[in-house]
Amino acid sequence: MNLAAFPITHHLLPFFVAIPLGSAFLVSLLGKKLKGFPDTFSNLATFSLFSLSLFSLLLTKRFGTVVYKVGGWIPPIGICMVLDSLTSFMLVTINLVAFLVTIYSIGYMERYTAKWKFYTLFLLMLAGMNGVIVTGDMFNLFVFLEIASISSYALVAFGVEHEELEASFKYMVMGIMASLFILLGIAFLYSLTSTLNMADISRTLARIGNNQTVFFVAALFLMGFGLKAALVPFHAWLPDAHPSAPAPISAMLSGVLIKALGVYALARIFFNVLGMTAISSSILMVLGIISMVLGGLLALGQEDIKRLFAYSSISQIGYVVFAIGMGTPLGILAGLFHLFNHAIFKSLLFLNSGSIEYATGTRDLRKMGGLTSKMPVTGYSSLVGSMSISGIPPLSGFWSKLLIILAAIEAKHFIFASIAVLVSILTLAYYLKVQKLAFFGELKDSLKGIKEVPLTMKLSMIALSIICIFGGLLLIPGVQRNFLNLATEVLINGNNYAQVIFGSIK
Amino acid sequence: MMIYLMCLILFCVGVYCILVKKNLIKIIIGIGIVEYAVNLFFVLVGYRVQGRAPILAQDQVIQNMVDPLPQALVLTAIVIGLAVTALIVAIAMRLYEKYGTFDITKIRKLRG
Repeated sequence: MNLAAFPITHHLLPFFVAIPLGSAFLVSLLGKKLKGFPDTFSNLATFSLFSLSLFSLLLTKRFGTVVYKVGGWIPPIGICMVLDSLTSFMLVTINLVAFLVTIYSIGYMERYTAKWKFYTLFLLMLAGMNGVIVTGDMFNLFVFLEIASISSYALVAFGVEHEELEASFKYMVMGIMASLFILLGIAFLYSLTSTLNMADISRTLARIGNNQTVFFVAALFLMGFGLKAALVPFHAWLPDAHPSAPAPISAMLSGVLIKALGVYALARIFFNVLGMTAISSSILMVLGIISMVLGGLLALGQEDIKRLFAYSSISQIGYVVFAIGMGTPLGILAGLFHLFNHAIFKSLLFLNSGSIEYATGTRDLRKMGGLTSKMPVTGYSSLVGSMSISGIPPLSGFWSKLLIILAAIEAKHFIFASIAVLVSILTLAYYLKVQKLAFFGELKDSLKGIKEVPLTMKLSMIALSIICIFGGLLLIPGVQRNFLNLATEVLINGNNYAQVIFGSIK
Repeated sequence: MMIYLMCLILFCVGVYCILVKKNLIKIIIGIGIVEYAVNLFFVLVGYRVQGRAPILAQDQVIQNMVDPLPQALVLTAIVIGLAVTALIVAIAMRLYEKYGTFDITKIRKLRG
């Protein structure tokens, strides 16, 4: 491995945090004075992040795992940042959605006054999420997690109306508890292993073998990250918080935040650091199944379009956690693929709901009807999103759900597989409800005067629906090998993570 | 051992406060208590009985050092806690402006 020939590999990683952090600073500094600066600059920042994440995909394919030593300290003494295939997979997902969402925000955020504040918080949240993904240090993960969480609390309250503030308070109380559980888990882990570096913790735990403390730590992390991921016993904040935020933020929160802070962190810690056991695998699977069923059932009864999407997020996150929890190669592959697909179509659906709110001023499904005739782009793109999330072939959601069910059958979880099929039908039911009430049927008289949304908003919805349509192409062997399989291998490798990290330092 | 137990009690007091109290400010205070309990526990992890400050000098053999790392981490955690508390207090103030009360049972515009 000749890294000297490509010095950029060493120095690429900090940029995923530095670019959004620096742009947040600049936007807050200059955004108030220069009109148009926040829009252009934030879009430039997210675009460059997206390009860098694609580039990181090439790097990991070429060089394998790359470790960046922050400040030149050699791990496990200093903090390190790790770029492996799972990292670059997550980076692509996050930054792709973030880029399309910032394009959408140009038009949408005109309704709010302080656009620069929005972009500042948005970029801070992005910095936090990218940080969680790239870091290889336990406490550093906690710090980035808090950066992302704090900015998301503020963004949920961005409208400063009754509902927004109430939702934000509720979200904050539960989010703070989650963070404290994670911190407590880190404290126990540190007292057991005397190190904070994830690879080193993994190595030490493998040496001391089974220990009661590890179970306790696993329970604390499950509570903390499960709350961030909105798994069912810990889901109460999500249906309030996600709909209350402005639409681009709902898209970010439901699309990527719960995955970056919740599912990714859970998967990384359970597979690579603590080591997956039969117990934790079955706990994850059961939690996934419960979230799947309950989220779906609760979504069915909703009349508020964004609240319905929020419950649907709980249900779909259940699919992802269930699939990853199985721990088989096919299961993890299916879970990661569904994670990617869900990021795309759920952000598309939330952007659609934002467009409806932008045009009609309501989120109540009963007050809509026949919107496709007036808003063709929103109508058809939401049709694509809804069909994709309910698993209609040949859209992307079909393939990932099919893979999840196949993986469950392969692992001989027949009951779980049949539940997954039933929930998929349930998903179809509530998305048909959305389509029927909002987009088909007669146009209500009160909605005669509405217009289609501005160009920037249309652009990002069209881009997302195109990815939805062609998402299944990721399963073509050549593409799958480079994008999904490599990421799966990182998790399958389990405790060998430590050898990989320390091997690539030399 | 005793001091760890105290830590646990402090934690439980905070959690009780968050779960039972109806006043927003009391909930915030509960959060503060839980935060202190966790921070205190983290500092205790690095404590050694009769330990010395971890400063190495020439011709000096230190048998029993206090672990400095948890202290650094807790400092960071306190700063994060400060930011979170400031934000949640700001939101509680805004809530008071809108609803005219701190009673959480009366702040109910959202369903379930």
